[in-house]
Amino acid sequence: MSSGTLYDKVWDLHRVAELPGGSTQLFVGLHLIHEVTSPQAFSALKDKGLTVRCPERTMATVDHIVPTTSQQRPFADPLAEEMLSTLERNCQEFGIPLNNIGSGRQGIVHVIAPELGLTQPGMTVACGDSHTSTHGAFGAIAFGIGTSQVRDVLASQSLAMNKLKVRRIQVNGLLAERVSAKDLILHVIRHLGVKGGVGYAYEFAGSAIEALSMEERMTLCNMAIEGGARCGYVNPDDVTFEYLKGRPHAPEGDSWSRALAWWSSLATDPDATVDDEVVFDAAAIPPTVTWGITPGQGLGIDETVPSLDLLDPGERLIAEEAYRYMDLQPGTAIAGVPVDVCFIGSCTNGRLSDLRAAADVARGRHVAKGIKAFVVPGSEQVAEAAEAEGLDAVFRAAGFEWREPGCSMCLAMNPDRLEGRQISASSSNRNFKGRQGSASGRTLLMSPAMVAAAAVNGRVTDVRTLISPSAS
Amino acid sequence: MALFPTGPIQQVSGTAISVPGEDIDTDRIIPARFLKSVSFEALGDQVFADDRLELSGDHPFDQARYQGASILVVNGNFGCGSSREHAPQALMRWGIRAVVGVSFAEIFYGNCLALGIPCATAAPEQIKSIQAQVDREPGRSWTLDLAGLQLASVESSWPVSIDPGPLDMLRSGRWDATSQLLDHGPQVAALMQTLPYINKFAAN
Ligand code: SF4
Repeated sequence: MSSGTLYDKVWDLHRVAELPGGSTQLFVGLHLIHEVTSPQAFSALKDKGLTVRCPERTMATVDHIVPTTSQQRPFADPLAEEMLSTLERNCQEFGIPLNNIGSGRQGIVHVIAPELGLTQPGMTVACGDSHTSTHGAFGAIAFGIGTSQVRDVLASQSLAMNKLKVRRIQVNGLLAERVSAKDLILHVIRHLGVKGGVGYAYEFAGSAIEALSMEERMTLCNMAIEGGARCGYVNPDDVTFEYLKGRPHAPEGDSWSRALAWWSSLATDPDATVDDEVVFDAAAIPPTVTWGITPGQGLGIDETVPSLDLLDPGERLIAEEAYRYMDLQPGTAIAGVPVDVCFIGSCTNGRLSDLRAAADVARGRHVAKGIKAFVVPGSEQVAEAAEAEGLDAVFRAAGFEWREPGCSMCLAMNPDRLEGRQISASSSNRNFKGRQGSASGRTLLMSPAMVAAAAVNGRVTDVRTLISPSAS
Repeated sequence: MALFPTGPIQQVSGTAISVPGEDIDTDRIIPARFLKSVSFEALGDQVFADDRLELSGDHPFDQARYQGASILVVNGNFGCGSSREHAPQALMRWGIRAVVGVSFAEIFYGNCLALGIPCATAAPEQIKSIQAQVDREPGRSWTLDLAGLQLASVESSWPVSIDPGPLDMLRSGRWDATSQLLDHGPQVAALMQTLPYINKFAAN
């Protein structure tokens, strides 16, 4: 194979045809669906008298609307119940495997596909969900699509796409103690902006990236879309292969060794050219928290809300809107901002290692008075593994609620939501106005360990002041 | 006006509405609680629901002078965030048939294209002038001309851009990709034979 980026190689392998409008028909190796963006696609499919081309390459789960207190059917909310029963009917009618509640495999779509070994290097992965970029952690080309495209993929196992450029995000050195992949990606988006990645796939590379676990790489790629990049990826390596080994859908026996050889061949070649490159120094990245209404409005934990004259002219308008909406004035230190609700979960930070990091902070401490704090595991498997380690007990003892798996207050389509102008410390990925269920609710994005620290102090806190090698 | 665009689209005419602001995300265009439905039907009334609530009647989508508008004028990175097609569906069901702005988020742009809603771009200063004109004279009629690539009213006209691929799809009426994709069924089958992960990673 000639020299190229992983993106080029995977793109070429999946090219079906060039379409008259100048876009490319791209084969989709794995199509993930959920209850929010699929029902209209199935209706359109049926209206056109079409069927599902490859049900065996399609996988469904329910995550966005599920309640996290009781998952008894029928759900208390009739609209939520209707959405799940519609998904059940569609999956049954077209023979699509559904990882339903109680199957032991249900969870947030971007948590369970990797967990089940469905997401693999070299695949194209599509889902009617922008955080599909998560799956790029495996060296897959994975991107979110709209409902019309969900219909197209159901009907033809392919879609019309335009090729992206590749920007390498080179992160040298190693992250400091207690600084996580979440801090890294918030830092990158802060510096490149929420539209900086439009038109690009982000290739994350360098010693700091190679040192990340698969779960951390998923956190990173998950938020590529918040930087405007429709997909992000990490070249597959031994960390990737080690994670995949023995998973239910991973290859076995002879196939495994052949898979390893093929996967290894996909990584970007040393002499490949990329369209752009940006270099970061990992050691210089602090715990990072957002203060505003876009994921790009981030601050190091020791910084203060920026005044207009410190910002690029293009960012001033949205900053002014953020001062008003967040009720945070320039010069306010982000550390110490009081919070009302603390949420640990989501496809960004709802995996076992995230819960472990938060539990390390919660262990032996207690949630501050008047703070509501809850933990929502990303999947049934995550919940089971966490419970086996006793993490649920650690959280409960510290005054956190331990919930059933789902998207929960990441977007608040279930009963978990902010009330009025409440402000949350959240391990999710979006701090948009109204995102967490109240039209005036406010969100501070941060790592799960930082959310736990905020919960115990009742205010934004540098986790390093709670846990340091000398303090424990 | 037909509820949905159909067939070749050479131009979109009507009055315009301006929603100023950078990075207006799809959570704002249609908040998540309105996604709790298995159809898109009710979305037209819910477009920008929270922003409208916040401005209690002053939001452009509530102002009497903008009712009936079909061309939406916006600023940069419009439609960022969630992939929800509910966003263009909500705009379309309110009556929007074309969007003109400085730049668009990719998934939103693709979703609009799949519905036959052209998204045209123009330089930031131009957009500001257009927004000022729309503000001054909301009843003025505009035409987004896809052949001549301009946005024109009786008094002024501005050049706009649409990428050649999407432009061709809109003008030829082939913006609904499904049938084209289905035409290549045999090629899809052939490609599947060559993909290692579908064939037990056997060399071929
Ligand atoms: S956890 Fe949040 S971002 Fe992730 S899929 Fe669910 S709603 Fe979307």
